[in-house]
Amino acid sequence: MKIRNSILTFLAVAALGYFLWWASLNLDRYMLRIINLIAINAILGLSLNLIYGMAGMFSLGHAGFMAVGAYVSALLIITSDQKVKMWILEPIAPWLMNLHTSFVVSLILAGLAAAFVGWLISLPVLRLGGDYLGIATLGFSEIIRILIVNLTPITNGSLGLKGIPAHTDLWMSYGCLLVALFFMIRLMKSNFGNVLRAVRDDEIAARTMGIDTFRVRVLAFTLGCFGGGVGGALMGNLITTIDPKMFMITQTYSLLMIVVVGGLGSITGSILGSVLVTTMLEWLRFVENPINFGSIQIPGIPGMRMVIFSVLLIAIIIFRREGIMGTREFSWNWFFRKGGVGR
Amino acid sequence: MSLNMFIQNFFNALGLGALYGLIAVGYTMVYGILRLINFAHGDIFMLGAYFVFFATIQFKLPWGVGVVIAIIGATVVGLLVDRIAYRPLRAAPRISALISAIGVSFFLENLAVVVFTGMPRAVIQPDWLVSPIKMSEEVSLIPLALIVPFVSFALIGALLWIVYKTKPGLAMRSISHDIETTRLMGVSVDRIIALTFALGSALAALAGIMWALRYPRVEPFMGIFPGFKAFIAAVFGGIGSIPGAMIGGLTLGFVEIMSIAFFPNMSGYKDAFAFILLIVILLVKPTGLMGERMEEKI
Repeated sequence: MKIRNSILTFLAVAALGYFLWWASLNLDRYMLRIINLIAINAILGLSLNLIYGMAGMFSLGHAGFMAVGAYVSALLIITSDQKVKMWILEPIAPWLMNLHTSFVVSLILAGLAAAFVGWLISLPVLRLGGDYLGIATLGFSEIIRILIVNLTPITNGSLGLKGIPAHTDLWMSYGCLLVALFFMIRLMKSNFGNVLRAVRDDEIAARTMGIDTFRVRVLAFTLGCFGGGVGGALMGNLITTIDPKMFMITQTYSLLMIVVVGGLGSITGSILGSVLVTTMLEWLRFVENPINFGSIQIPGIPGMRMVIFSVLLIAIIIFRREGIMGTREFSWNWFFRKGGVGR
Repeated sequence: MSLNMFIQNFFNALGLGALYGLIAVGYTMVYGILRLINFAHGDIFMLGAYFVFFATIQFKLPWGVGVVIAIIGATVVGLLVDRIAYRPLRAAPRISALISAIGVSFFLENLAVVVFTGMPRAVIQPDWLVSPIKMSEEVSLIPLALIVPFVSFALIGALLWIVYKTKPGLAMRSISHDIETTRLMGVSVDRIIALTFALGSALAALAGIMWALRYPRVEPFMGIFPGFKAFIAAVFGGIGSIPGAMIGGLTLGFVEIMSIAFFPNMSGYKDAFAFILLIVILLVKPTGLMGERMEEKI
């Protein structure tokens, strides 16, 4: 059974690899961007799910950690010639001028920077519970954004950074997604995963069992922020421009949507949620473009996309609170039981 | 700083703080009763401003009629939000209602973009509100600067009277202590909650109207920051407490205006002050200035 499952997993990864190879040769740039976005949103969804779904900490600060990651990575890979040209309002800080690393190193540093910021924030904030935690993390994420707007010598202020080399390709984003998936699955199967669930389901009981709940929550939060930073960095390298407006609270809302649609606390759910939400958000763009019915033209309605999006979010939370997967997970054994094969 | 400048800043801060307080009251009442951060509250405020803008400037109705229309419109929206998005989730985990609230807020903002377009619009202020009156040799103020705090305080007074001197007010306070026991006492809980939303929305609409007059501009996302800051004011004053919300609002108004008045080069960080204040109060005294201690029940 175990060997069968390993072979199947290997085959699934191989199939994904084949699909990516086929896609990178045959699909146009718009499609490729969506497929890339699915992976990046899945990484971000997984990291938010670790904080919120697995550890039960309602955090609304993910956009801020993404911003940290995106800026760190971009500042490390933009060349110094570009930097000179870009900082118009104020000259760039001299120590930043010649900092340069490869893309992969910048990704890791982006994750570490976001994790460090998250760790610093978590120490005071995680003493709070429930929705106070949500508001406090939201506050920190706004503070990060305001700092980015104002620290012009480092971040180029509200102009943002342009011309980031488009390093994110399918192999990069799906490679990162596989690493994140592998890590999450191992983590949740480990004893730490059990501890996390215990803290989420009943913190007082967990504390009675001798678990240092604060330390566990800080660790989970920091790990989640690492994911947020890497996701933000990948996003910046995909879109090639970043500015502070990208990392407003709406960014956190779409991630929240992914996690809630997929199912809080389900790894499989976050992946499915990302596929659904990302494709839906792209597909909904049609309502904002003019539509032609033969000779009749219906003008596009700006803002309609987000109206539909928010109605769906409300409908899901009212009618199917547990999302697609609930807290269940996909496994090969479950797959064969459902399919009625190999009993 | 000259005396004139100081007086101007003082009344600016008083007005801004009173408006924050007026919005904060809506947050604090709903949170006191339902333990729900009503994220949509800032957007009700925005709708109030838009309704009065359309009534008076597009349709040329007199201001008095416009104000009534705005209050009624915002109250109806507030009641609908409660009925459609929050009431089905009363028995659900609190986080679900919170996500629903985020969804509603997002919905109202984007609906405003669809209906009113995303373009900011200028509000034409009536002349008598903005023509300066000489107070002394060097100090002159516009009537609006005095009217905004005065009206706000009068409204809070009226609200305190409703909450502490009338029967529905008694029911509200009772629900915030124990919802189940209140239900057993024969109080129609859902109706009282609806009343809470109606009162909060009406006050938010009035705040929106005064905001639109004071900072003469309306746009679909104008409610987000005042909303967050008002919620922070509510937390600062002690969530559930109406006087606390007002004190929190005034504190925030003075911190924002005075810090920029004294340190003009900090103006880029204006929006950060509120969040820093929030985090400080949460760490030092999580229940806020006037809040009650809440024990965790096992």
